[in-house]
Amino acid sequence: MKPGPFDYEAPASLTEAVRLLADQEREAKVLAGGQSLIPMLNMRLARPGLLVDITRVPELSGLYVDEAGHLHVGAAVRQAAAAAAPEVRAGWPLLAGAIAHIGHPQIRNRGTVCGSLVHHDPAAELPAASLALEARFTIVGPGGNRTVTAEDFFVSTFQTAVGPDEILTEVVFPPAPGDGWSFAEHVQRRGDFAAVGVAVALARRQNAMHRVRVVFCGAGPLPVRVPEAESALEGRPLDAEALEGATALAGAALDPPKDVHASAEWRREGAQTLLRQALTEAWERTA
Amino acid sequence: MSERVDHPPLTEPTAWRGVELVVNGRPLTAQVESRLLLSDFLRGRLRLTGTHVGCEHGVCGACTVLVDDVPVRSCLTLTVQCAGTHIRTIEGLTTAGKPLGAVQRAFHDNHGMQCGFCTPGFVMTCTALSEAAERPDEDHIADELSGHLCRCTGYRNIRAAVRQALDETHGKGQTE
Repeated sequence: MKPGPFDYEAPASLTEAVRLLADQEREAKVLAGGQSLIPMLNMRLARPGLLVDITRVPELSGLYVDEAGHLHVGAAVRQAAAAAAPEVRAGWPLLAGAIAHIGHPQIRNRGTVCGSLVHHDPAAELPAASLALEARFTIVGPGGNRTVTAEDFFVSTFQTAVGPDEILTEVVFPPAPGDGWSFAEHVQRRGDFAAVGVAVALARRQNAMHRVRVVFCGAGPLPVRVPEAESALEGRPLDAEALEGATALAGAALDPPKDVHASAEWRREGAQTLLRQALTEAWERTA
Repeated sequence: MSERVDHPPLTEPTAWRGVELVVNGRPLTAQVESRLLLSDFLRGRLRLTGTHVGCEHGVCGACTVLVDDVPVRSCLTLTVQCAGTHIRTIEGLTTAGKPLGAVQRAFHDNHGMQCGFCTPGFVMTCTALSEAAERPDEDHIADELSGHLCRCTGYRNIRAAVRQALDETHGKGQTE
């Protein structure tokens, strides 16, 4: 359980980091918090030739709200710091709530928000939360900058739009849909990977739901947004009928995987139970 | 005036880096392999074997140390990542011959252990809690302790120890 040999650089600028990642001789990989990468190194599931530690790049350490009211979270921002930030707690509580489910506090003290997004474990919380919050991703590489939506960012299990010579420099969250939010997941023990989970965001206007977002994690190789359930809830109050309708639509839309932790049927039923709980909690939060 | 703690070169080709860091108040300069985990640096190089290594993939919490006062997994941290930081381990909490501090005394008083393998990790997380600006509530304590596995016994005495330590550092709080 020791990593194979690799070289290590901690560049002080983004330009230098991008130059190092373009190294053709050694397979270079970005290191931020390392809470997913280092276990893979320890188990030798990953054998990179060079780790580029981006946590000492000053322009990647920012967490701020811009003039348009969008939240920027830089690549070096730790999960614990993001969850504790007053602007996140006030404006994007779903993000803070999702982070609270990641591993353990000792992991969140080092793990980064962007690192979890780029790693893209299908059971991870932040990909689902970022899709529910319609985040945008800034990617920098030898060819310059580009911005990708959450729909295009997640490609498949452990795969995102970030190429091997690119860095996700920040994730940007537009203003949240409203005050209603919930993140719920099924775990065997606190801190485990979720068998299935759900992120819900919504606003309440004149006692009706608006801008409803429903996104599941652990239900496939990608976070699964369920627009059928969202539009069924749009414009109506959350009563028993609305809950049952949305739950049935979500059950029909999901095609969850089976593995050693849970069968597909168990995951679907669990997802529906979680959706009921999460919608109720999100709706109550707007009251 | 920092102390050199070099290691004889190994035969496997690898990449070496110089790091300066402070461990338990002691400034150190070392040449380390890039791949050297902080847990192995502490145990193998510095002979600070109070930090225990259990699962080596971040699940068990035995290897938890404080990096700049924050509890982290030393098995999921490379030594090179710690350049310029202050590390605290279980050895740094009490000076030989001096009385135990509040946290260690609380674990002793409440018998918050059985075999003791997991204890250094629990004590380091509890030390960070005892240094927090505000007394953490029961939920927060449970969340922090969930990052540590004790396979001998249970968590009742450990929670009692945490409460006693926090009573001492933050004044009496809520109890179950």
